[in-house]
Amino acid sequence: MDSVVNWFLDPLNWQGSAGIPNRLFEHVSLSGAALLVAALIGLPIGLFIGHTGRFATAVINIANIGRAIPSYAVLVIILPVSLQISPEYGLNVIPTFLAMTLLAIPPILVTTYAGIREVDRDLVEAARGMGLREPQILGRLEIPLATPVIVGGFRTATLQVIATATIGAVVGGGGLGRFIVDGFSNPSLPAQLYAGVILVAGLAIGLDIVLALIQRRITPRALRGPLDRWAGPAEQASPADSPGMG
Amino acid sequence: MLPGQQLIDFSWIGDHLGQIAERIGQHLELTILPVAIGFLIALVLSIWAVRQPIVYGPITAVTGVLYTIPSLAAFAVLIPITGLSLVSALIPLVSYTLLILVRSIVAGFRGVAPEVLEAAEGMGYTRTQRLIRVEFPLAVPMMIAGLRLATVTAIGLATVASIIGGDTFGGLGQLITEGLQTFFPTKYLLGAALSVVLAVSADVLFVQIERWITPWARAPGSAG
Repeated sequence: MDSVVNWFLDPLNWQGSAGIPNRLFEHVSLSGAALLVAALIGLPIGLFIGHTGRFATAVINIANIGRAIPSYAVLVIILPVSLQISPEYGLNVIPTFLAMTLLAIPPILVTTYAGIREVDRDLVEAARGMGLREPQILGRLEIPLATPVIVGGFRTATLQVIATATIGAVVGGGGLGRFIVDGFSNPSLPAQLYAGVILVAGLAIGLDIVLALIQRRITPRALRGPLDRWAGPAEQASPADSPGMG
Repeated sequence: MLPGQQLIDFSWIGDHLGQIAERIGQHLELTILPVAIGFLIALVLSIWAVRQPIVYGPITAVTGVLYTIPSLAAFAVLIPITGLSLVSALIPLVSYTLLILVRSIVAGFRGVAPEVLEAAEGMGYTRTQRLIRVEFPLAVPMMIAGLRLATVTAIGLATVASIIGGDTFGGLGQLITEGLQTFFPTKYLLGAALSVVLAVSADVLFVQIERWITPWARAPGSAG
């Protein structure tokens, strides 16, 4: 344990491209970018099928199959294609980023759909009767009521993305997974391995707690459950939740 | 990939069918063992949580934290403690199934209508008899839904175990990792493809079991 503390205290581990700040930045920025792209794809589709009910069964079935696929498999299946696209980045950033994005879309899409569907249909009918147009119903009624559920989907997607970014180190990606992979392949660096584990687990748990607090805050007081879901990933009534984490 | 190498070398696959079948068998072991152990632990925790609702919060908090730890980190942290043994893969895999299974089993028990419980009591069932003969059977559909998620999750995470454990754990992840290390696309693509097939097949199998044990859900108008 002392050696891990010493590793964290060593100024050399806090500077340069292989230092903690840069590895953390690589991990967070790639994860953030993947979540953003996944949201740009998953949210509109989820909102559309949730509001209209059209294509819902087909899209949700495809998304659920997508959630079953192992992340390590996605990462390497993309590899031959990404090597063709760019020999330079094909072995690190591209496959990791594509895999993270592909894996983040299903949880966002499925929970967005589920959140919109859970909105009381009588309320929607009442809004329609009051003369609200469809985009208004979606924007003023359905999205606000579904937001806590949608944030739950982002929690699941965030966990998935952080875990997949870690595995990305195996195909030469940066990020905090480097400490684990390098620490493991070099037995003289056990401190680095443990430090990597602490950093990655800390990042994942920290982000999950922040998102849980946000989720709780935006849930209307009357709908808040007991504090039991505080540290767990988004609780879903639907059993379709969160398979295939990285 | 090395220059001039084919993407998929079918003759290699043909020559190594025995090894591939062994990897599939190991992967099934890496899936069934943790899900079975996880189910037994989750069942005990769930019965406890249903009888003493106050413990449900702490149980989901702890299993939630375990679930949140990225898999590569979880496998890495155990190697120096439990060494290169099957236990090092089983502990994280079991811990990942717990949150999923506890939630679904508790939801199954809580979904039993109060009138049904009262009727059982009125018939003179003791608490244990009621649990085994009434509550457990009624909770089975939710348990199957949880097992579906837990199994698919275990199949996916078992591939990651090979990154750290090497040939100790084996499984399809071993094909992927060896293929990557030797720049041999046939091997890593085959490992990846087979793990996808295994995960999707398990998912479909559990959907079929769900439909089979809940015939009422197939009634017209409630198809899902």
